Amino acid sequence: MAIRRGRGVAAINYPTGMNLGGDPTQALVHSTPTGNFMVTLSSVDLGQGMKQIMAQICAETIGVPTDRVIIDTADTDTGPHCMGTFASRGTHRAGNAVIQAAKEARQVMLEVAAEELEVNASDLETDGQGNIQVKGAPQKSISIFDVALSAHFKRGRSISGRGMFLIPRSYPEKETGAMKPSTCYAHACTVAEVEVDDETGEVTVLTVKNVFEIGRALNPKMVEQQLVGGSWMGISHALYETTEPYYPNRDHGGTDFNQYLMPGPGDLAETEIIVLERPSADGPFGAKGPGEMCANPQIPAVANAVFDAVGVRIDTLPITPERILRALKAQAAG
Amino acid sequence: MAKVPVQFTLNGSEKAEFVESGTTLLAALRDKIGDTSPKGGCHQGTCGACSVIIDGELRLSCLTLAETCGGADIKTTAGLAEGGVLHPLQRAFLDAFATQCGFCTPGMIMAAKVLLDRTPNPSREDVVEALSGNICRCTGYEPIIQAVLLAARANSQNAA
Ligand code: FES
Ligand code: FES
Repeated sequence: MAIRRGRGVAAINYPTGMNLGGDPTQALVHSTPTGNFMVTLSSVDLGQGMKQIMAQICAETIGVPTDRVIIDTADTDTGPHCMGTFASRGTHRAGNAVIQAAKEARQVMLEVAAEELEVNASDLETDGQGNIQVKGAPQKSISIFDVALSAHFKRGRSISGRGMFLIPRSYPEKETGAMKPSTCYAHACTVAEVEVDDETGEVTVLTVKNVFEIGRALNPKMVEQQLVGGSWMGISHALYETTEPYYPNRDHGGTDFNQYLMPGPGDLAETEIIVLERPSADGPFGAKGPGEMCANPQIPAVANAVFDAVGVRIDTLPITPERILRALKAQAAG
Repeated sequence: MAKVPVQFTLNGSEKAEFVESGTTLLAALRDKIGDTSPKGGCHQGTCGACSVIIDGELRLSCLTLAETCGGADIKTTAGLAEGGVLHPLQRAFLDAFATQCGFCTPGMIMAAKVLLDRTPNPSREDVVEALSGNICRCTGYEPIIQAVLLAARANSQNAA
């Protein structure tokens, strides 16, 4: 009986969003009378940072500072249509919709500015600080605040735009079954090192080293935060999370989240995160979906590490001590 | 049901309420007084989201009856910022990206505050121990541990 060490590796491709019948998200953008920009969405921020990222995308497209953008995630009764926040799709789908809406709003904004400055709209540019100026002659400028006031009170224009991003449904080819479930894939690779106690069946993850290829990281700190949490959650899926951790008989299992195991602050593996950015062709500013995918590669990596350590293949999750001990017993019985 | 009068200090101001006998402090704070910073995660003492500080001790407000809090000095995360300036722990949670959905955050901050009040220069093990009664679904804990260590460093620099 001994503590045995093992190392496992796994690599994944992960689709951004899904495509079971078309995958749309819509967005609306409009300016307030004082030249702030309101983005209306049904996509929800549940802590993954949707509001921050959509504000960045809108601000970058219109050419204003991020703090000039307000995100209203409204509700699904009243907001523009969104399929939802799942499958790592939020940044990609809603981001593309926001870009389209913001471009349309920017065009109206430039037209109103052009009337005020008596120039052509195509000769104007934004300075990113809240002003619009003539290209090559920045002294001829007007603030977006004044443009919005003019649009609202003088020119009767609505500085607004509509955005729609739809990945159309893909049907399988009759002959081959081939289809295109997604247009955009993130990638990840994880190496996990574990110790397995072959007497108790308990697994300790010592280190987990992850490389994530997630397109362009629109907010690098928030991406890192997501990946750190996701890596932990992957280990949690691999080793802990089930409603009946040690009891095959449902009657003896947990009845509440009280008995639902997850690793706590004392059970953390030494974690490394490396981000590779290969901008996607159809993502907003090259982004892909880093959300859900980042909790996946740890699972096969840990399963492989357990195999490396004690020579048994556990093919049911989570990899509980009981499953390991049963497999070891079967292995010994030959 | 008969109502019971209860008086205590919440974040430095006097509060007086009539509560139904058996009302938890969590319900009294959130539904009567309107301090929604303590969160109701499990309502049975296992997640730590409802943590508050009562007379200097970390307590689970979901397991504390409001009527037992007469005369107590209660502190919640809502009372930490002073004059619009965030408490060093709140600052550190932001700077370390230690919050995602934020549901665990007020409880984590309360647990961390009690730790730092007693142990201004905690080790990593001290922090892990202090947070071990609080569950987080999002962050993987490491950023929270780092935030508490960051706040401790910021405090000791300010004191120096
Ligand atoms: S709500 Fe009190 S411990 Fe969970
Ligand atoms: S930040 Fe979501 S539970 Fe901790």
